[in-house]
Amino acid sequence: MKSKQSSHLRSIMAHMVLIILSFMCLFFFYILFINATRSHADLQKGFSALPGGYLFENLRNVANDGTFPMFKGILNSLFVSGCSAAIATYFSALTAYGLYAYDFKLKKAAFTFIMAILVMPTQVTAMGFLRLVTNMGMYDSLVPLIIPSIASPAVFYFMYSYLQSSLPMSLVEAARIDGSGEFGTFNRIVLPIMKPAIAVQAIFTFVGSWNNYFVPALIIQSKEKMTVPILIATLRGADYMNFDMGKIYTMILVAIVPIILVYLLLSKYIIAGVTLGGVKE
Amino acid sequence: MKKRIISILLVAVITASSLAGCGKSSSSDAEGGEEGKVINVYSWNDEFRKRVEAVYPKVKETSKDGTVTTLNDGTEIHWIINPNQDGVYQQKLDEALMKQADASADDKVDIFLSETDYVNKYTDADADVAMPLTSLGINPDTDMAEQYEFTKVTASDVNGVQRGSTWQCCPGLLVYRRDIAMDVFGTDDPEAIGQKVKDWDTLKATAEELKAKGYYTFSSYADTFRLYGNSIEASWVSPGETTVKVDQKIMDWVKDSKEWLDAGYLDKSVKGQWNDDWNKAMGSSAKVFAFLFPAWGIDFTLKPNWDGENGVWGVTNPPQEYNWGGSYIHACTGTDNPEHVKDIILALTADKKNLLKLSKDYAEFTNTRSGMQEAAGDASYSSEFLGGQNSFQYFAPVAENIQIAPLSAYDQGCVELIQNSFSDYFQGAVDFDKAKANFETAIIERYPDITAIQWPE
Amino acid sequence: MKTKHKKIDYAKWGYFFILPFFVSFFIFSFIPLIDTIRYSFFEYYRSGIKEVGPNFIGIENYISLLGSDMLKYAANTLILWIIGFIPQIVIALVLAEWFVDARLKIHGTQFFKVVIYLPNLIMASAFAMLFFTMFSTNGPVNEILMSIGLIKEPFDFLGSVFGTRSLVGFMNFLMWFGNSTIMLMAAIMGISPDVFEASELDGCNSIQRFFYITLPQIRPILAYTLITAIIGGLQMFDVPQILTNGQGTPDRTSMTLIMFLNSHLKSRNYGMAGALSVYLFIVSGILCFFVYRMTNNDDPDGSKAAAKKAKKQRRR
Repeated sequence: MKSKQSSHLRSIMAHMVLIILSFMCLFFFYILFINATRSHADLQKGFSALPGGYLFENLRNVANDGTFPMFKGILNSLFVSGCSAAIATYFSALTAYGLYAYDFKLKKAAFTFIMAILVMPTQVTAMGFLRLVTNMGMYDSLVPLIIPSIASPAVFYFMYSYLQSSLPMSLVEAARIDGSGEFGTFNRIVLPIMKPAIAVQAIFTFVGSWNNYFVPALIIQSKEKMTVPILIATLRGADYMNFDMGKIYTMILVAIVPIILVYLLLSKYIIAGVTLGGVKE
Repeated sequence: MKKRIISILLVAVITASSLAGCGKSSSSDAEGGEEGKVINVYSWNDEFRKRVEAVYPKVKETSKDGTVTTLNDGTEIHWIINPNQDGVYQQKLDEALMKQADASADDKVDIFLSETDYVNKYTDADADVAMPLTSLGINPDTDMAEQYEFTKVTASDVNGVQRGSTWQCCPGLLVYRRDIAMDVFGTDDPEAIGQKVKDWDTLKATAEELKAKGYYTFSSYADTFRLYGNSIEASWVSPGETTVKVDQKIMDWVKDSKEWLDAGYLDKSVKGQWNDDWNKAMGSSAKVFAFLFPAWGIDFTLKPNWDGENGVWGVTNPPQEYNWGGSYIHACTGTDNPEHVKDIILALTADKKNLLKLSKDYAEFTNTRSGMQEAAGDASYSSEFLGGQNSFQYFAPVAENIQIAPLSAYDQGCVELIQNSFSDYFQGAVDFDKAKANFETAIIERYPDITAIQWPE
Repeated sequence: MKTKHKKIDYAKWGYFFILPFFVSFFIFSFIPLIDTIRYSFFEYYRSGIKEVGPNFIGIENYISLLGSDMLKYAANTLILWIIGFIPQIVIALVLAEWFVDARLKIHGTQFFKVVIYLPNLIMASAFAMLFFTMFSTNGPVNEILMSIGLIKEPFDFLGSVFGTRSLVGFMNFLMWFGNSTIMLMAAIMGISPDVFEASELDGCNSIQRFFYITLPQIRPILAYTLITAIIGGLQMFDVPQILTNGQGTPDRTSMTLIMFLNSHLKSRNYGMAGALSVYLFIVSGILCFFVYRMTNNDDPDGSKAAAKKAKKQRRR
């Protein structure tokens, strides 16, 4: 009886905390939305809690501005982030499986090495990276934004932890007895088991790549290859005499809509996947 | 005379060496040779493109996305735009300039733009990235006789060789709110207000009057910086030296700003420029009496931020003549389109008819002395935003009296960092000596070759 | 006999599977890293558009960095990180626990799960821009606080050390707590329900259950969260950069190490930036080694930890 009451109290507390946190999270999206619906002059007057009527005007301004090809930028970003997420998760899973399932001489060395580079900040190698990319003739190309994500130590580490807790070696051995090739086993048996981990990391990688400004700003030069963050920076910095904050907020809004959609689509799958993972063994 | 001969000799040598350096791909560069098919223009926004479209007669059309402009003879102008933000523009331009010698003809930079704050970096004689105008076949003394002298000096290297040219001239005025003037002084007449702000001492007394009624004179301490910064005696870094010398005028700005801020003449909540608070200070609900702006500032900054009726703002003379901004056009060494480049520079910066058109269409104060005199006397140049006032009348005399401060390649960093470092001091976050120390740290971080910082006594 | 046979048979597949990772790493990270390290021993920078160097100067860059304010920036980074990370991990653990606790009967879990992750989706720079506007002296937050009578004078958030640091910490918290919650939730859901049932029979209350069962069981993922958070903390850049306009104002108290690195990159001081990068690299390595040992103290390379641990705990 008593424990029921206390859990009732805890439940109320939990709801309150969650509502406050959700309010804080949504508040900024609300502000962004409000600001996107107001003209620059309105924005100057100060904050308003109610939306204005300029959303379509702002949207038109964003869509018609040829110097900032927003929709091309979104396509580029989708392409880069999608490919990065796909290859980062696939190859990390492959690497993790390679280190988890096989015993070989350099195994321990390889693992320690990956753990060591896990912490290396990207900025550390930026200058060298730019020089390298230029020498390889890949300056101003989307390729150097995608290919390096084959080696994603953080994704690898997550996959490895997941394998430890979720892949019994007996399953692999059973597949071998059935005559499955090693590569086939990985693709047909191991990958499906790793789906929840892949979904989680796919989202993280996708978001990370979508929001990445540092590397693309170094590599990309021409307008038709720019990704969304560069475009927003370009718009903000392009002309301090002629900026339009309403347009900038609208652009940010337009830029986060696709990613929210992707997230909402995948999030369902993640939750389902995680629940599935709960009844294993 | 001797100096002049030397400079001509220098030009000849530099031109010869730069032509030799171009190698096979641009052997056709020599005068009268065949022109390339593509003109690459580096800039940070579409301002220059719009000016070219407006007045360059050979423009046929611009592609819808604004990246390519085709001329009547089929030559294409490719606009390569990079944001000024975080120094991206200069970074990309520098990369391109360093590759210039190896680039194929169609990839070579032909024209690039620079701003007053860093024009000196590109007109440097040793670096030789901006061609002397004489090498293009332009004689600045005759072809550009109409230009304001200080714009020519700004675009020249240490030897006095002019390596760039501008269409705009940016004398600044004091822009004030007529409604506040009526409230405080009982008049909004530009002449009467001009008397009340004619020099710093008078302005201070006026500030006290404004304060009594609850108004701020200016919004931020950064607003007055250009006036002091433009009148420094020696450049921040003397040519060939690696010591930053902080001018007494800059320290005067620090002292006065602190005094004004503490006295309540400035709005304490506005920290610097180009931020939200500053923009809001231009709105109708703000209590700020005046701003210090050149022509572009009124049209591109004040006007979009103003939410009231037209005719509330008026202009008058500033307490001290100053210049703020200005975009310079440079012909890039190694260009394969010298004829086109020459043509464009002349059409945009030395043609009075074109410049007057720019003044009319874009409310710019342009680089033609007689033209601006005409505009000052012509009622059709009056501004609706300023309630029918003809601002050229006030700009023209300021422009005549501008003494441009001696420049150095380090100006942009010095100007930016001194304001940032002392901002903390004004706000009371650090003491005076700490602000000085912070400036020293920041400037050496920005320019690794700086070895010492000298403060005035 | 059998296991030995397996080893010989399949070892080559191990190499084959990890090959793409290492090739890609070698080309895109290792070569640039060596380049960076090499230049750290040179005087090499740009003055205007003229290049100075590279001249070999040994470890002079390293020495002059030690003489600079680098350590102060390291302390700033640590402080900013802690302000954000402690609430982040605490709230994430609590939320994750709540979400999997069926007895709490939380309504709309799906909604909350989706919402708390949202701030992570928006670009840090755009987020910082929004904050900058909202917390400016004349911004909406001050307006609201004043209209409900909490403060009389507008509070200058970005003008005070406390205000700026709290804002940076708060933003980092808001952006990352959802991410951590999802990770930890996945880990908690991975714990076998048998363990929880057994604990219930033994009369564990929810707090005991949390400390004695949940926490030890999710250790690998907790370590992962901690490590990624440390990396993120060391790399902290966008938020303070935009919020303070790259200056780390006031008085450089919110200048982080990467902002310091960025200002060297901006001035094209490859030598100094290289040396700073090497310092960063060493520091991050030490930190991670430490955390890794702490969380996996029974098995330094971690390869056997989880399996063993799970078994051990169940036996207990």
